Amino acid sequence: MSAATNSQILGVDQLTMRFGGILAVQELSFAAERGKITALIGPNGAGKTTVFNCITGFYKPSGGSIRLTHENGGHFAIERLKDFRIAKQAKIARTFQNIRLFPGMTTLENLMVAQHNMLMRASGFTFLGLIGVPSYRSAEQDAIDLATHWLKRVGLLDRADDAAGNLAYGDQRRLEIARAMCTGPALLCLDEPAAGLNARESAALSELLLSIRAEGTSILLIEHDMSVVMEISDHIVVMDHGVKIAEGSPREVRDDPKVIAAYLGADEEEAMAVMESGS
Amino acid sequence: MTAISTETSHISRTSGIPFILKKAFLSACVALVLFSLMIGIRTEAGPDGQLTFWTRFGDLASIVGAVFGGSILIELLRQWIGPSGAEKLVPPAVQKGISLAGSFLGPALLVFTLLVPVIFYNQRYILDLAILVLTYVMLGWGLNVVVGLAGLLDLGYVAFYAVGAYSYALLATNFGWSFWVCLPLAGMLAACWGVMLGFPVLRLRGDYLAIVTLAFGEIIRLVIINWQDLTGGPNGVSGIPRPTLFGIPLDNSDDGLAAKLGIEYSPTHRIVFLFYLILALALLTNWVTIRLRRLPIGRAWEALREDEVACRALGINTTTTKLTAFATGAMFGGFAGAFFATRQGFISPESFTFQESALVLAIVVLGGMGSQLGVALAALTMIGGFELFRGLETYRMLVFGMAMVLIMIWRPRGIIGHRAPTVYLTKSQAISSDLVKEGHG
Repeated sequence: MSAATNSQILGVDQLTMRFGGILAVQELSFAAERGKITALIGPNGAGKTTVFNCITGFYKPSGGSIRLTHENGGHFAIERLKDFRIAKQAKIARTFQNIRLFPGMTTLENLMVAQHNMLMRASGFTFLGLIGVPSYRSAEQDAIDLATHWLKRVGLLDRADDAAGNLAYGDQRRLEIARAMCTGPALLCLDEPAAGLNARESAALSELLLSIRAEGTSILLIEHDMSVVMEISDHIVVMDHGVKIAEGSPREVRDDPKVIAAYLGADEEEAMAVMESGS
Repeated sequence: MTAISTETSHISRTSGIPFILKKAFLSACVALVLFSLMIGIRTEAGPDGQLTFWTRFGDLASIVGAVFGGSILIELLRQWIGPSGAEKLVPPAVQKGISLAGSFLGPALLVFTLLVPVIFYNQRYILDLAILVLTYVMLGWGLNVVVGLAGLLDLGYVAFYAVGAYSYALLATNFGWSFWVCLPLAGMLAACWGVMLGFPVLRLRGDYLAIVTLAFGEIIRLVIINWQDLTGGPNGVSGIPRPTLFGIPLDNSDDGLAAKLGIEYSPTHRIVFLFYLILALALLTNWVTIRLRRLPIGRAWEALREDEVACRALGINTTTTKLTAFATGAMFGGFAGAFFATRQGFISPESFTFQESALVLAIVVLGGMGSQLGVALAALTMIGGFELFRGLETYRMLVFGMAMVLIMIWRPRGIIGHRAPTVYLTKSQAISSDLVKEGHG
């Protein structure tokens, strides 16, 4: 577990997060495989989003380590990186539980902002871009092409010039995923991407995530919608009260009595959902 | 749920006479409380130094009555116009016409500005006023980078104006360097101060940021007042050299421009030169800002205004992004300051009070944060309009303040509130001001 092999993209080891007297996450260890979809599930308040915020640099963990390994062997100690460097260098992209787009900018602009670091270098840190060198213009065209590609993938090409704040809720969710993908991530972290989507939209989302995985991006997922989790996950980590209670393939997790107990104890409806999606 | 609740509140708002009377009564009560001391009782020092007072209940009653009647009138008008308010007053055809005219307004305004010295050649007052307006246009455009694009509320912008002015004044008087050498130096020094201000305020947002920038503006002014050896303290710096046309002075001497061209000397030459100088500087500011908006740094500024957390999640270094916004805005402020110094020939700390910061910020807010044309129009309104009301004498401030309030009611997000996208695939659509965030530091 501790020694990261190259097939493992993310290794979380003994992660602990304390807020004052509250222990939100306690010595959590798990690993995410490269090119796979790993899901993090658990009842409300289990500490999933806290783990997420530690991995994406929004919290500094109180203890433990988070290791990210690129395919080329690049190795990052996430808990020691500054937040924006985690996205820039370690190539972890994330979405948010409550959507965080740039509502006053167009859909296309949202995706252009995501390619900021590439474009900054191409524009010679603004100085070359200011005088309009051709190399910057071609880089900008490449960025527009990549954005167009992702707009097609999420079905928002005809909304490219509309303000992101004007999109429907489901469209905003997909745009946020497209924006994260435009950063060219090695690991994509999705915080409840199916929240508030209808059945058809959830199915489309599953398809999108599977196609992203097929292209080699690893995905770490927090999700309440069990139909999505059970359908697309390769590996599931179940948390409750800040500790890991189970881990394994969707089938193993589904049948685990501890998982059922945790869900039953916390929320009857969700436990039913877990069991139903199994049958 | 929220839709339903607004629906019901709407019905209750438009419901009948009891509501209108109740509202009018409440307004009258507030007026009574406010004016009972201000108008109802008048105090004055008597002949022996004692306090005498007399009451003016008649005036008070008429004021309260006016408020009561006015409130009824306003509510009736509002119900007659309908719930959507002022928007409905203007028919769509007229609105379309206005937006069409709006697209020609910028170029038309520019051509007119270029011709101002030709049209008003003999009217020194108008030329001076035009130079003043252009100075504020430039300051507005500079501050627009910080406030309008990056969404960082800066109440101490005058500090950079002062740094620019004193940089030029001191370099020119002490070392005899020419304006054209000092101008970039003044800009660079101001930009350095912008970064220095930026560092301590990086973690601050909103009101706290505003307070610290306000303090920074005051610090610069107090340092200038108290560092007598360098700045001359309250006496200021005088005898600042006038700008030259690349080495050719614009004066009455033998090697002056007029003598070289073989035309009769007129002091207006210098004014016209200053006019085109500030116009060129302002247009440079505008050009650079428009370019920057379309570059990744400009998009990062706007993204920062929209959502800072999302920016960090996308790998944008928010620290350097904020600092470059401060530095860029400060640099333009520095250029404007250098121009101010060379135009006046004399500067003192009195020119760099908080009043100036507030005025420039008002121009940016009134113009519509982020809009270049809006800021230019607002500067024209604020500075030119203020002069327009000069004939009203005592009531000048009152009328001016009323005009500001009316504009802000009519256009809560500034004269030009919508935002133009920086890049588009098929069609550039203006983004409604409702969606664009104001930023919170």
